[in-house]
Amino acid sequence: MSQWMSVLTVVMCVAMLVAGCVAVWARQITVGILAAGLVSLVASVVFLVMASPDVAMTEAAIGSGLTTFLFFFVLGRVRGGEHDGESHD
Amino acid sequence: MIKRAIVLLFLLALGSLFAQLLGEYSPDVTLNETARYYAERTAEELGAANVVTAIVVTYRGLDTLGEVTVLFLASTIVGLVLAAGRGHAGRPGVRVPAGELLTTGSRFLMPLVMLLGVYVFVNGHLTPGGGFQGGAIVASGALLALLANPAKHFSHAVISVVESIAGVAYVLVGVLGMVWAGGFLDNRFLPLGEFGALASAGAIPVIYTLIGLKVGAELSSMLANLSETEEL
Repeated sequence: MSQWMSVLTVVMCVAMLVAGCVAVWARQITVGILAAGLVSLVASVVFLVMASPDVAMTEAAIGSGLTTFLFFFVLGRVRGGEHDGESHD
Repeated sequence: MIKRAIVLLFLLALGSLFAQLLGEYSPDVTLNETARYYAERTAEELGAANVVTAIVVTYRGLDTLGEVTVLFLASTIVGLVLAAGRGHAGRPGVRVPAGELLTTGSRFLMPLVMLLGVYVFVNGHLTPGGGFQGGAIVASGALLALLANPAKHFSHAVISVVESIAGVAYVLVGVLGMVWAGGFLDNRFLPLGEFGALASAGAIPVIYTLIGLKVGAELSSMLANLSETEEL
């Protein structure tokens, strides 16, 4: 792996960490879901750079594609009951 | 308070465990024995150009059957749970129509996405990708159709027929391998053919096509179930 590739990998890993933090701490759920999808998208590029295209394809199709939309479908479905679990311990 | 302390303690223990793993990590310079066997023998033994596919479909074929079963159970349970909730919320909610851009774009893109999915699982033994990846891409095409036209209903009968036939045929192909070749899911009961050709590597393309159809049908039915019960 050339030096440029190493630098690129490190940059993408940092981007993944940042997107992961956004996904956890975002105030709006939609922003969180999109950030989680972004983590998968960058992860798939990292897999491709590290010479495992099979895993990269799975990650791109399932991780960043289908899962993100699955979250949105479920979010649309539970919107009405968003405040149901408000009881604190 | 005590709950927080326990959580903190647990996280610390987990962190030290990972730190220990990271400290002792040293990358392998050579392939280990199993990996070397796969890397050197796959081409002549199974005739597959993609080593990953040969491992997933033949050497570790039983694990793949387990994976497909897990996915099948997951999609069945999603359907079951959503069907239970559909009893009292069965009326179709008010649907927001899709925009012009999405409708026109999906009309152009959907066939291409589906074609790419089929290409990926048919060529699983030659190029990166395979049944799971291709199936997921086919399901993305179905998702695009769902987004562009939310009122459209997928035929659940067709999806479940495709899924069942693919599943049964997968196990049957595995049994044929047991009868005519070395064991369950052995791909060598069909001729290995010319290395690198589309019709080569024995039963691997057949098995991966079946897996692709099954995974695509399962994921599509999961998405269709979710979208149909969604209340807007």
